[in-house]
Amino acid sequence: MKRMSWFNVTALTLGFAFLYLPMLVLVIYSFNASKLVTVWAGFSTKWYGTLFQNEAFLDAAWVTVKVAVISSTFATILGTMAAYVLVRGGRFMGRTLFSGMIYAPLVMPEVITGLSLLLLFIGIGLDRGVLTIVLAHTTFSMCYVSVVVSSRLVTFDRSLEEAALDLGSTNWEAFRLVTLPIIAPAVISGWLLAFTLSLDDLVIASFTSGPSATTLPIKIFSAVRLGVSPEINALSTIMILIVTVGVVTASLVTKRNAIRAQNDAQAAERAAN
Amino acid sequence: MSQTVFAPWEDPDEKPLIRFQNVTKRFGEFTAIYDLTLDIFEKEFFALLGPSGCGKTTMMRMLAGFESVTEGRIELAGADIGPVPPNERAVNMMFQSYALFPHISIWENIAFGLRRDKKSKAEIEARVEEMLKLVRLEKFAHRKPHQISGGQRQRVALARSLAKAPKLLLLDEPLGALDKKLRQETQFELMDIQETTGTTFVIVTHDQEEAMTVASRVAVMDEGRVIQVATPAAIYEYPNSVYVADFIGDVNIIEGLASASGPEEYALNWKEGQAPLTATSQKPFSEGQKAHLAIRPEKIRISTERPDDTVNAMQGKVLDIAYLGNLSTYHVELPDGQVIKAQTANTRRIARRNITWEDPVWISWSATAGVMLDQ
Repeated sequence: MKRMSWFNVTALTLGFAFLYLPMLVLVIYSFNASKLVTVWAGFSTKWYGTLFQNEAFLDAAWVTVKVAVISSTFATILGTMAAYVLVRGGRFMGRTLFSGMIYAPLVMPEVITGLSLLLLFIGIGLDRGVLTIVLAHTTFSMCYVSVVVSSRLVTFDRSLEEAALDLGSTNWEAFRLVTLPIIAPAVISGWLLAFTLSLDDLVIASFTSGPSATTLPIKIFSAVRLGVSPEINALSTIMILIVTVGVVTASLVTKRNAIRAQNDAQAAERAAN
Repeated sequence: MSQTVFAPWEDPDEKPLIRFQNVTKRFGEFTAIYDLTLDIFEKEFFALLGPSGCGKTTMMRMLAGFESVTEGRIELAGADIGPVPPNERAVNMMFQSYALFPHISIWENIAFGLRRDKKSKAEIEARVEEMLKLVRLEKFAHRKPHQISGGQRQRVALARSLAKAPKLLLLDEPLGALDKKLRQETQFELMDIQETTGTTFVIVTHDQEEAMTVASRVAVMDEGRVIQVATPAAIYEYPNSVYVADFIGDVNIIEGLASASGPEEYALNWKEGQAPLTATSQKPFSEGQKAHLAIRPEKIRISTERPDDTVNAMQGKVLDIAYLGNLSTYHVELPDGQVIKAQTANTRRIARRNITWEDPVWISWSATAGVMLDQ
């Protein structure tokens, strides 16, 4: 292997340090035996133990996961439908307006989205709780899903759908049997993105959550205001671990599929010659 | 036993399978098809031939139902198919990109259309096996489309579009993605399959050789209009315009003014001070009318001395020789600078041929060798 120049080594070190040093510190201190966050007093896993006895945190974690799963599922359905109409619908009345409006929440300050949702929920007399957080998260994350799915649909070979119609399927069958299975990776990415967004959203959730339901980010944020506890470090470490496992799995699956497709193509080429 | 020639288009009692009646297609301001009227008969292998952008693909997409007709109507077996959506037409299409479904096996690709018809399991199985056998892909049934070669994919696409036994099969540049040798083999395979299944085929192509090889009739198109519809031989030997003559094969065009010189015979004054050329034509030309004489290179003889037995002869010098192995094409420059192509079959070995570059030669042809065209 070629040796790297000192410049490349420096750039790489700085880059990694910038990205991961804060997290590393957090992970290390989650194993601190001392109650004082900034003083190292030997290795211990006791904070993980106390974390799992903290009812308030566990409740918040359960609410967060529930909200993330439900809202990202709804967002994926709505976002995929919107993307399909925008890419495939041709030039219908109000198309430009609709496509502009679907991307607007991407750039809208979260505070404003949260505030307007809060006003809406108060206006229609909806009690704030899990339902309102789900609605709010669906609203803002469906835009992200729609962006991911429509970028896949743009490169999708239209003749596949035409072939399905030509062979006698209805529009719905063509979508369900041909389009959807092929764009599934993009739809799944969209779902994962929506899931992640919902998982770590603080601003919108704090506007739309009520006393009956608190999400984990809100819980952490309010706990930190009373001082950082080693328990929070332990909780954050677990979240980092979950996210890492998810990302690594996703990229491994993608890579394995790419390699398999390449091998198949080569085998077919050889068989033909 | 005498065999009747397949020519339903000459039988006035024959009902066409497809009938384009004054069909016009516009995309906004752009007119893709102008007032087109055309009949295609059952069991025909009909080729739509033309350069890209001539409207041939639009015609095919109108037959499949992916484009609507702006004016006029299209009939399939006597019924207007305008209001019928693509999934209810007894028409199937083989796409240029093949459009095989990448996520399901070859077997499932072929079964796709049959499943949509809610056929019984046994029926589907029997039909898929039959189709796989027809295109000789039994061994590959359980592979995915990306696990087979381009030529095999082409055959899967064909099998899939034939599986529902359509009244009409549309083929959009079906062999475009194959290399030349495979393409020629596949052309004959297509013809065999067309004959075995008795399906009417309409093929879209820009490759004139392909159209000539496979088709019973060819429609030559240009800019949304059908210029000529005829059998491949008639298109080649009796083109109706300079455009068709030039598009199909190689041709020499000599322009001049016609004057009658006998029954169905004309003298073509092509250059002042030169003897007029003699050509026959069933199409009448008035005195002094501008005419184009189109002669195929293989109908022009080349010799070192003036032949005595010919009506048309010109002298020139050899500018270039294109040696193709079986044939040689000589580019002969006339004194006025015009270049005429003459082709001879190389029936003798190369050492025995005596014409080379810069040689003064005579080119000659008979009165019936060329076609006189008015446009």
